[in-house]
Amino acid sequence: MQSAQAFASESPSPTEEDIRTIVAAHVDREGPLLPILHGLQHAFGHIPQSALPLIAGMLNISRAEVHGVVSFYHDFRDAPAGRHVLKLCGAEACQSMGADAIGAEILRALGLDRHGTTPDGAVTVEPVYCLGLCACGPAAMLDGRPVGRLDAERMTTLLREVRA
Amino acid sequence: MKIWVPLDSAAIALGADEVAAAIAAQAAERGVEIELIRNGSRGMVWLEPLVEIDRGAGREAFGPIAPRDVPALLDGTLPGLGPVESIPFFARQTRLTFARCGLIEPLSLQDYAAHGGLAGLRRALTMAAPEIVDEVTRSGLRGRGGAGFPTGIKWNTVLNAPGEQKYIVCNADEGDSGTFADRMIMEGDPFSLIEGMVIAGIGVGATRGYVYIRSEYPVAIDVMERAIAIARHQGVLGSDVLGSGRAFDIEVRVGAGAYVCGEETSLLNSLEGKRGVVRAKPPLPALEGFLGRPTVVNNVISLATVPVIFEKGAQHYAEFGLGRSRGTVTLQIAGNVRRGGLFETAFGLTLGEIVDDIAGGTASGRPVKAVQVGGPLGAYMPREKFDTPMGYEEFDGQGGLIGHAGLVVFDDSADMLQLARFAMTFCAIESCGKCTPCRIGAVRGVETIDRIAAGDPDAIPLLTDLCDTMRDGSLCALGGFTPYPVMSALTHFPGDFAPRRKAAA
Ligand SMILES: Cc1cc2nc3c(=O)[nH]c(=O)nc-3n(C[C@H](O)[C@H](O)[C@H](O)COP(=O)(O)O)c2cc1C
Ligand code: SF4
Repeated sequence: MQSAQAFASESPSPTEEDIRTIVAAHVDREGPLLPILHGLQHAFGHIPQSALPLIAGMLNISRAEVHGVVSFYHDFRDAPAGRHVLKLCGAEACQSMGADAIGAEILRALGLDRHGTTPDGAVTVEPVYCLGLCACGPAAMLDGRPVGRLDAERMTTLLREVRA
Repeated sequence: MKIWVPLDSAAIALGADEVAAAIAAQAAERGVEIELIRNGSRGMVWLEPLVEIDRGAGREAFGPIAPRDVPALLDGTLPGLGPVESIPFFARQTRLTFARCGLIEPLSLQDYAAHGGLAGLRRALTMAAPEIVDEVTRSGLRGRGGAGFPTGIKWNTVLNAPGEQKYIVCNADEGDSGTFADRMIMEGDPFSLIEGMVIAGIGVGATRGYVYIRSEYPVAIDVMERAIAIARHQGVLGSDVLGSGRAFDIEVRVGAGAYVCGEETSLLNSLEGKRGVVRAKPPLPALEGFLGRPTVVNNVISLATVPVIFEKGAQHYAEFGLGRSRGTVTLQIAGNVRRGGLFETAFGLTLGEIVDDIAGGTASGRPVKAVQVGGPLGAYMPREKFDTPMGYEEFDGQGGLIGHAGLVVFDDSADMLQLARFAMTFCAIESCGKCTPCRIGAVRGVETIDRIAAGDPDAIPLLTDLCDTMRDGSLCALGGFTPYPVMSALTHFPGDFAPRRKAAA
């Protein structure tokens, strides 16, 4: 969290107007809340606390309800991630190919003792349950790009990229 | 010269983008004219990136290709695999749903139509709604999302439900480990899903459709969105479907990383912008679904199979299969396997034929210990059950389930106690929280398995009781079926639960 905050201070915090524009773009859709939250996270890298009352007001629902939805889903962050996001699949198919050992190695190489963000804010490592790459595991996703058959060589390449 | 390099996520994960870039660069350097097509995957993931080249005498396959292979590939000195259709893994399949996947250019509606696409929809447009539903019923198609519910019966309920506005919701949440058929078809043949949804809409009287795709699938989301825009632009979607005067349109919605949102009522809540909590049934989603209105919720493969049923006729589809499992099953062979990928075939092959023969055993070369069939809620099948044929009832009779037809193979290094523990942990994390046996039971389950691991034999009957409680007292299959992997691991691999761990540790 600390490192995440350090990173947050680098980008200006979103204004009320920024937030309202994104909410307004989706407000007329059937079931607008998830598209709104995805829109906010896409723009700001997280769901700013200040957005919750604005969304509640514009959708005419309670703030608690908005909070309840945000907290239900694994995808939504309350603080920005590191500059890169590395998702490591831990599902059964990847486990059968040794994902646990490679995951541990990646964390060690990044100086992390569990999933989270490196102190320099370069990378956030997150677990993910299944990327649909189950016939080429262990699988990962780096900034939205799928990576398969993770081994020492690919891992080194990945780590070089996230440190750059 | 035409060259195909897949845009499928698995191919990209194995370097397809780099290969495509190398081919483009090398061709430019040599001044060779090429047409580079990004196709879907042919489904042989161990050969990805699988490149196909047509120098005028038909498509020839090469793979797996790395960028360093590209000069030889273009020189024509690289040994090939022959036509894809001659590769045994491919040649043995019966491709109905996946007939076009990898063959055509995914975003070319022209290419789609040239390979049988839209023929089913054109036929459906000449039929009355009850005839459309009847055709699906007669095909014997059962939901491929997991529960195997007859699709025609579901459609019929929605057709007869009163309501001004009805919906077709496509479940593209594909959360199960070991499954990727939904992703592959969306990336490789998106129009088949679109066409299936339009036929469903015309059949039950729905004018609006949603495809709820999990956020872990950025490539599929992108391809589907572009395909929908093209279909709309070319009159397959919109206010006048193929000039019929009928209306149907589709929108993509993106999930947010919750496994339980694959459960249909949780999915509907999520689509409405709520927490993905499971709803009690009744009311059925068919009667009170999205926004309380009549809704068909079907899996991607169920819907993408509809066009071929209408193109070739219900009878043709129903002729394939075994017992009450009609048509083809899109097996996804995954995990520790030599030849992993998508294998579409009539229901009826045995588990052993699939694992030993088609998949060729493990990638590690070690003996197969267990195969988890049907995702994280499916049973671990030991070798003793390898003669079980692929069929809904046949698997059920062996204490297993087919689910979305994913198979995850494990070699003899697998620790079944750890896998049982993982199943409980997964249930605890992903529980929607509505029922106690699931929410609390799964946490107790992890603790109980830890006691077994620590050498407490009294904990074994406790685990069995707990699984009974979860099975009987859960609203949905997350809590209700987690006992499958746990109990099958315990029953078939008791050695892994014996108090040997202290010495081992
Ligand atoms: C916990 C849970 C997760 C599920 N996940 C999926 C899924 O990812 N995709 C899917 O199509 N069905 C999933 N299902 C099954 C759906 O509830 C539903 O049966 C299916 O979407 C109906 O479509 P079909 O009849 O075409 O299979 C899940 C069910 C449960 C209980
Ligand atoms: S079994 Fe679990 S996931 Fe399903 S409804 Fe109950 S609490 Fe929710």
